[in-house]
Amino acid sequence: MSQKGFVKSGYTRALDLKNGCVEMAHGSGGRAMAQLIQQLFVTAFDNEFLRQMNDQACFPSFSGRMVMSTDSHVVTPLFFPGGDIGSLSVHGTINDIAMAGAKPCYLAAGFILEEGFPLADLKRIVDSMAQAARSAQVPIITGDTKVVEKGSGDGVFITTTGVGMVPEGIHISAENARPGDKILVSGTLGDHGVAVMAQRENLSFETSIESDTAALHGLVAQMIAVTPNIRVLRDPTRGGLATTLNEIAQQSSVGMMIHESSLPIQEQVQAACEFLGLDPLYIANEGKLIAICPAHDVENLLRTMRAHPLGKNAAIIGEIIEDSHCFVQMQTSFGGTRVVDWLSGEQLPRIC
Amino acid sequence: MKYIDEFRAGVLAQQIAAKIAAEADPCRHYHFMEFCGGHTHAISRFGIVDLLPGNVRMIHGPGCPVCVLPIGRVQNAIQLAQTPDVILCSYGDMLRIPTTHGMSLLKAKAQGAEIRMVYSSADAVKIAQQNPQRQVVFFAIGFETTTPPTAIAIKQAQALGLKNFSVFCNHVLTPSAISHILQSPEVREFGLVPLDGFIGPAHVSVVIGSQPYEYFSEEFQKPVVIAGFEPLDVMQAILMLIRQINTGRAEVENEFTRAVLPAGNIKAQALVADVFELRRTFEWRGLGWVPYSALKIKSRYAGFDTEQRFTISALSIADNKACECSAILRGVKRPQDCKIFGTVCTPENPVGSCMVSSEGACAAHYRYGRFREKNDAVIKEN
Repeated sequence: MSQKGFVKSGYTRALDLKNGCVEMAHGSGGRAMAQLIQQLFVTAFDNEFLRQMNDQACFPSFSGRMVMSTDSHVVTPLFFPGGDIGSLSVHGTINDIAMAGAKPCYLAAGFILEEGFPLADLKRIVDSMAQAARSAQVPIITGDTKVVEKGSGDGVFITTTGVGMVPEGIHISAENARPGDKILVSGTLGDHGVAVMAQRENLSFETSIESDTAALHGLVAQMIAVTPNIRVLRDPTRGGLATTLNEIAQQSSVGMMIHESSLPIQEQVQAACEFLGLDPLYIANEGKLIAICPAHDVENLLRTMRAHPLGKNAAIIGEIIEDSHCFVQMQTSFGGTRVVDWLSGEQLPRIC
Repeated sequence: MKYIDEFRAGVLAQQIAAKIAAEADPCRHYHFMEFCGGHTHAISRFGIVDLLPGNVRMIHGPGCPVCVLPIGRVQNAIQLAQTPDVILCSYGDMLRIPTTHGMSLLKAKAQGAEIRMVYSSADAVKIAQQNPQRQVVFFAIGFETTTPPTAIAIKQAQALGLKNFSVFCNHVLTPSAISHILQSPEVREFGLVPLDGFIGPAHVSVVIGSQPYEYFSEEFQKPVVIAGFEPLDVMQAILMLIRQINTGRAEVENEFTRAVLPAGNIKAQALVADVFELRRTFEWRGLGWVPYSALKIKSRYAGFDTEQRFTISALSIADNKACECSAILRGVKRPQDCKIFGTVCTPENPVGSCMVSSEGACAAHYRYGRFREKNDAVIKEN
């Protein structure tokens, strides 16, 4: 045996992605962390920016206005019908960027992992993120991983940050709604929240409802192409439609009148809400948007939305009215009128 | 029939509204109390007031179990939750009720007490099975509807031989509260609360039947219509009450024939009778001490009675002075008559119990009806 043979070229045992768990060493900056990043994250997210392997990703700048948004995801359970925390974290930030009418360009992802979390689950989540980013054509170009002691986290928390660019001539903002404008939603309400709740161990009921988690920038691009003067776009996530409408009403100093009979809500969601004593107007969505546009553009915009797969159930749900109190009111299908208030407290914990 | 929105049809509502408008005597007023918070919620949520003529007024009653539970009992629950090794299981609505110094079960939870929100008493039994080394206390509240499930939980815990499960019993009775209101000086002597009839809660009658209400129609000459919680049920009940009054009748009528029988659910009643007995008296928020208005666990099930297994001190804690919950619960005042309604007291920072539960009169008015005052103000200005 030659002397040389003792110095083996850096062999490291591959991560045990089948039975292994997250260990404190995976966050401590040493070889274990480098291995986790390389073998799991870089392999899954692979793109030219990430391959630079620096502490930052370097990318060309754009001319014009840019937008930036960040969103932390703490959903429980981590896997639910129609998605998981991984796809949710990619869609969430892409949608926040898209709600400015912007084209999302790059994402960054931060992971907080709890010691003991199965690597197999982590791989599933990372693969799902990679898949979501790839099909949205928005690369994850930089990231960070930290590990906390067992008991200090809940499996995995993911924060994603995105940047995007706003096309010339587009000025979409929640303060732009004007009396007379029309309000649209892109599809059925409450699907995500109910899908997640149905998975909770203390709420065992069976349904075939799936989360609507989806990236909406493709739909938005087509909407602004036909109606560049859309006034407001917003995705009704936590707090649901009701809370988001109230936010817009407040920011624009207007009132709203919506019509219960025109709200698209799946029968199963309606039934689950009845059963649990919840109101679908307050349930989170992860693949829906609210659009407000001048009345004369509304039919055109509705047609465009319905032509897109993520907007096929789009509907005009109401209009902006003058109201110094900024009330969102609803004409009930029953024939009365009532306030649709902000969500107070929380309906149920951690759904996004 | 899927029972989702069949009883919410706007066309039928308009038909009943037209009948109410045609049959209500314009020369008189009709004051009806919907006893139950579920009805209050339905009336506000579906905008039923908009479909009634001006001389038909709905008065909100005390039928919200969260609202009528005295602060002292909530404080007891907080103390239980803070006891080492205890897991307190509670229905969600109870968690936000404020007690003294802004404390609540939710705040106790944030400070480290182990409090679990459950949807049913069976979940609490499951938690006891999963945590044999912990004492699991189920904070039982509610009217006759939630009482049989609590009885089942106790029987189940007994069958399983659980030594770590007990029930902090706060179950109350609907008919006693209605009698108390009818006998109150505001109604009987001073006439401050004009009451022409009651809408009785259907889910309570599914259990107890319609017979327990016959006393009110006979003794107090007040018509009672037992109604479901869908808006069409409420509209139909209002029409039935108007018809009774117009023809000089005071009877118990059943609008909710799809589930209510005169004798109720005999099996559920037997179960309740096996596990519970009447308390001599019980404190209600807003109504004070009401004789024979609540249930306690029979001594034969003492092992599952939190009040036997833990030291529960009788706490009498007064409401915030500015809060009108007590008058609102008796129908003497409306939410908007309270000075702190919508200012100091909001669903985010509730002062009184009526603002906490979504079935409370104040919360229902705040969430669904506030714009009416604005409209009233505009009318006055003009």
